[in-house]
Amino acid sequence: MTATLPAPERPGATTPAPLAPQARLWPSLAAVYRSQLSRARVARIPLLFVATFQSVGIMILMRGVVDAGPGDEARAVVAGSSVLVVAFVALNLLAQYFGRLRAEGGLDFYATLPVPGAAVALGTAAAYASFTLPGVTVTAVAGCLMYGLPLSGLWLLLAVVPLAGAALAGLGAAVGLLAPRAELATLCGQLGMSAALLLGVLPASRMPEPITWLRDLLPSTYGVEALAQVLGPDADWGSVTANLAVCAAAGAVALALATWAYRRAAGR
Amino acid sequence: MTEGAKGAPYPGPVSPFPAQTGVNMVEAGCPPDDAAAGPVTALAVRGLTKTYPGRRARGRSGDQPAVRASDGIALDVHRGEIFGLLGPNGAGKTTLVRQLTGLLRPDEGSVSLLGHDLVRYPRRAPRLLAYLGQDATAIDELTVSLAAETAGRLRGLEAADARRAARDTLDELGLAALAARPLKRLSGGERRLAAVAATLTGERPVLVLDEPTSGMDPVARRAVWSAIDRRRAEQGTTVVLVTHNVIEAETVLDRVAVLDGGRVIACDTPGGLKSLVGDEVRLDLVWREPPPAADPALARLREDARVSGRRWTLRLPPERARAVVTTVTAGPAFGALDDFTLATPSLEDVYLALGGRGEGLVKA
Repeated sequence: MTATLPAPERPGATTPAPLAPQARLWPSLAAVYRSQLSRARVARIPLLFVATFQSVGIMILMRGVVDAGPGDEARAVVAGSSVLVVAFVALNLLAQYFGRLRAEGGLDFYATLPVPGAAVALGTAAAYASFTLPGVTVTAVAGCLMYGLPLSGLWLLLAVVPLAGAALAGLGAAVGLLAPRAELATLCGQLGMSAALLLGVLPASRMPEPITWLRDLLPSTYGVEALAQVLGPDADWGSVTANLAVCAAAGAVALALATWAYRRAAGR
Repeated sequence: MTEGAKGAPYPGPVSPFPAQTGVNMVEAGCPPDDAAAGPVTALAVRGLTKTYPGRRARGRSGDQPAVRASDGIALDVHRGEIFGLLGPNGAGKTTLVRQLTGLLRPDEGSVSLLGHDLVRYPRRAPRLLAYLGQDATAIDELTVSLAAETAGRLRGLEAADARRAARDTLDELGLAALAARPLKRLSGGERRLAAVAATLTGERPVLVLDEPTSGMDPVARRAVWSAIDRRRAEQGTTVVLVTHNVIEAETVLDRVAVLDGGRVIACDTPGGLKSLVGDEVRLDLVWREPPPAADPALARLREDARVSGRRWTLRLPPERARAVVTTVTAGPAFGALDDFTLATPSLEDVYLALGGRGEGLVKA
């Protein structure tokens, strides 16, 4: 554009300037993921420790009333405590993070960049799910040793953490972005984590029926079930696959919800 | 103000200026460009209106009334211009730029940026402009270099290009030494400078900057202005800048729109605006103790002054100002006088002369 162009008579009458390209989904998702992951070094480490200590502490407490060996209770405690780390970080901390970002106007940063909403929501959720991997691993290994369970099935964490992580991080992001106030996002995140704690570490067979309905509604339950299966001597792989499939479906829905919530919060 | 105000938009004297008359101010903004010749418009705003709804308060604190944060704003910003929005807190500057950047939908009016209708297509804004908001929560926990690089990536640059662009921007702004430090652990001015770096990484023809230099030391400010000047010289970048710092406004802006209560109450070059207050000078008298009440000359002065605590501020013709100085420094009032200053008009004086109500302008 040069000064020799005639000035427009009316605003908008000029030839529109070329638009810079939209950032593409995967590269921008990777950029968001990388930047979020780097935050762990600055801000998240203490809370990641807290998440792990909380789960290990629960297992120590429960060891007083649950016998070692591959019984239902022992497997439920170890699997539930491990997935609880995911709920703490991906659901609770992510809900708080997005709640704060939204309340303080931090979403403007992304909203004024030509980046797809899915890249921000999914990149952040993926980073929070990744934060949980070390804590889940430590908790699961400690639990197996404490309760005399085989370590051989723990490879399944490689499927459980991403799938339960997707479902819980998606929910956490949606809660944080939809809550009208940051404090409400924090409250909902805490409640979600409490639900994962209370409904996750006990075997379903010990619960009254209405509580099991609630338990079935919680996406983390399916991750717990799948993990509990492989901590036993003969895992029912059909059940493991079915549980992981439910987890994956819940994850897809939760992430779609998170993306929608992001667009709603960042739009005007 | 009507269509006839083109060319010489704000004829003196100051008194008839309709800042407080409640008339429709659409035409009192920056008037449209002359169609025949003259600069090319980058940003055209017409009749922009935004009202924040009132809120029914629970408890006894009382209801919040609706606030009209933009009240029929009209502006033309030329290509390659550094255009300022000046006004105290609450004047509606941030609400205005949030509408210009597609973050906020106006109730009425149009925003045309480089020929694109941003009211209808707000998602085009990020592809035309880079925005520096007041909040940096999103990048607070990143290192300076990663914040700039991520911004570049999210502006569509390839990984290697984003890295290079981030490094160049950090070098240009003198941030290279802080590249590996998280923003959170920097001082306020350094953090702001890092946010400017993130805004400048990845080229855009328009920059919208909301108080870019707040909290910065003079070295950082100079770095920001020279980086912006370079972009303007080399790429013809247009800059819309929010400030409440009158000194900055006078030194860096090509033109400035003065906002008050959601309206543009004046728009011209800083020099043109200052000529509105004629050749009056400002006299500030600061009293150590109450001035002698019996002196009739002082009583008359007090009536003409804006009194703020122990400070009296007067706008006077130069001869009269000299006479007043002679009176207060020679007579019995001198014993009560702590300090006095005599200054040529600043944009703050323009703002006050135009009927601006707030007192939140910064002079530093």
